[in-house]
Amino acid sequence: MSLTRREFLQVLAAAGAAGFSLPAIGGGHSGRGGTHVDPYEIPRFGNVSLLHYTDCHAQLLPVYFREPHINLGVGNMKGRPPHLVGHRFLEYYGIRPGTPEAYAFTYLDFVEAARKYGKVGGFAHLATLVKKLREQRPGALLLDGGDTWQGSATALWTNAQDMVDAQKLLGVDVMTPHWEMTYGAKRVREIVEKDFKGRIDFVAQNIVDNEWEELVFTPYVIREINGVPVAIIGQAFPYTPIANPRYMIPDWSFGIREDHMQEMVDEARGKGAQVVVVLSHNGMDVDLKMARRVTGIDAILGGHTHDAVPRPVLVKNAGGKTIVTNAGSNGKFLSVLDLDVKNGRVRDFRYHLLPVFSNLLEPDPEMAAHIEKVRAPYKDRLEEKLAVTDTLLYRRGNFNGTFDQIICEALMDELGAEIAFSPGFRWGTTLLPGDTITFEDVMTQTAITYPSTTVNNLTGARIKEILEDVADNLFNKDPYYQQGGDMVRVGGLTYTMDPTADIGHRIRDMELDGKPIRPDKTYVVAGWANVHTPLDTRPVWDVVASWLREQKVVSVEKVNTPRLVNVRGNPGIESPSPA
Amino acid sequence: MNIDIKRRTLLKGSVAAGVIGMAAGAGLVTPRMVLAAWPKSAFSATSVDAALKALFGSSDLTGSDKIKLKAPDIAENGAVVPVTVSVEGIDGVESISILAEKNANPLTSNYELADGTLPYIATRIKMGKTSSVIAVAKAGGRLYSTGKEVKVTIGGCGG
Repeated sequence: MSLTRREFLQVLAAAGAAGFSLPAIGGGHSGRGGTHVDPYEIPRFGNVSLLHYTDCHAQLLPVYFREPHINLGVGNMKGRPPHLVGHRFLEYYGIRPGTPEAYAFTYLDFVEAARKYGKVGGFAHLATLVKKLREQRPGALLLDGGDTWQGSATALWTNAQDMVDAQKLLGVDVMTPHWEMTYGAKRVREIVEKDFKGRIDFVAQNIVDNEWEELVFTPYVIREINGVPVAIIGQAFPYTPIANPRYMIPDWSFGIREDHMQEMVDEARGKGAQVVVVLSHNGMDVDLKMARRVTGIDAILGGHTHDAVPRPVLVKNAGGKTIVTNAGSNGKFLSVLDLDVKNGRVRDFRYHLLPVFSNLLEPDPEMAAHIEKVRAPYKDRLEEKLAVTDTLLYRRGNFNGTFDQIICEALMDELGAEIAFSPGFRWGTTLLPGDTITFEDVMTQTAITYPSTTVNNLTGARIKEILEDVADNLFNKDPYYQQGGDMVRVGGLTYTMDPTADIGHRIRDMELDGKPIRPDKTYVVAGWANVHTPLDTRPVWDVVASWLREQKVVSVEKVNTPRLVNVRGNPGIESPSPA
Repeated sequence: MNIDIKRRTLLKGSVAAGVIGMAAGAGLVTPRMVLAAWPKSAFSATSVDAALKALFGSSDLTGSDKIKLKAPDIAENGAVVPVTVSVEGIDGVESISILAEKNANPLTSNYELADGTLPYIATRIKMGKTSSVIAVAKAGGRLYSTGKEVKVTIGGCGG
């Protein structure tokens, strides 16, 4: 039984904190002393405010979402935000263990904390919070960092319409895309040109057509906030056609396009923008590098890597300083950036990354009605009970989560494979021990537009090549070569990994059933989410659901993660306490 | 927008040259006929050094930040990797060559520029695997170069 709103507030009051007043950078502690009834009453600062959420992955209802215990940084990213987990995270940000903030930002004592503080996010709860903050901050804009249209059954089955309508209800002003693209170019254009017309600006400075390299979407917009012209430049996920199927957007090319970003910043300044903000889906490491190299950006409001970073990183560059943030995922957080703009420039700022505690917020009736309406036609299918879990189920982390373990087992059993690969997505919500796994829960791990399962005969050499390739997308020491996903999840196969090595040398000691994988031997490997060709095989949710129905009760006691070397002392890894 | 229109006009102007390319593709004329001095040994060379020697008689490269090489960090499609090379601040550029170090035959293209031609090349190259892409500009008997790593990946598993 989780705390009631009143009990929750008592916890906050007992902690002596007024609101979620994590130490704000720039101005020290921004909360007030004493007790206060509303933790979401955040003192206003300056004259320009931006509200930002990102990577909600279509989670209209409140969820549990466990933050990772492995989020390794390599090279000069080692031990720096966002590559801190658990206790090291709490120490770095000055958060006390056992508090609601510790629950929101870390994996620590997750089950116990989740039972106490309850679910997070949910669009009806988020809507209430947005309204509240808009009242506190007249003129504030709401920015959506993308990965909004994908991640749930209803988003997939309504072709993203449920989320598009939710964004409009929420009052999103500007957005930039990533997974949105997996609905195909035609559908994206339809939404941008019809649903969003006159309502939501869909911006991307780094999407061009393949033939002429001309911009496909508006690169930026300039909006006035309390008389101050503010430019919002969109940065879509640069590696969409590589990480996701290129055939869905065959005529469009992406990339980081740093030179063009600089041109857009300069152009916007030339047009009179006094504040330049990048709404980014680069991922945090890429944003940090970009902030060092591009000048004239006041703030990069980032997403993609799902890092919940309570305090921004201030990056110095040749033109001054850039604020870099990342606002977590799954509707868990709403970020608030307050800027004090005078004489045409940003003089100071405050930043808050507010956890959206569903138990502390009344659901907004209009949004709640919308959610109920979109779910109604699918209710029976969504609520089908497949099995019960005895253990905590989650995905997020550099290597296999417990839910991935279930997917891999299901793929191997159902498709008759000795090895399984499952993508290292960072979305996918969490279930507590004792929870029923519904079909909807399976969909939150698998709902994509290219769900077909595959069975391939791969040589040991090819398997190593695949693991090396994915590992390099995650652990390349130059963030511009990273793609922002986690390591491919594996079933059957075991291996040793050195994240600090170079490509071709990270993976070793690959074994199957205790026997070394031979480079020339062929192995039967099951997988899903093939990005190269459209297939018409059994969708992964069908495979997983069918396996779960048979199991009735699941218990994941051991997770197949690689033996790691050269990570001792890295603050991006901890051994989790048993769930 | 003006620049785009100009660029289009420029590219349309190059259609004439494209026709020769198409004829070559259709087997009507061989590349050897189109380019009198087709440097076969340079294009079939299996290393950057050998290709440069065959093309220029030397493989001594001088690194220069006056050559701008634009290419993706990670290729979206190894079969058509967009590469742009421009030279600013070096007079009398006679040729621009683009090489992909790890390709079986590294020399992908060599553009000989007539006097007074703006040294600007935008093209697509094919890459078999992750490799350094090298742009070489010849001017005043010297070879100036710059390079950039372009990664070719299997794809998938992101997000």
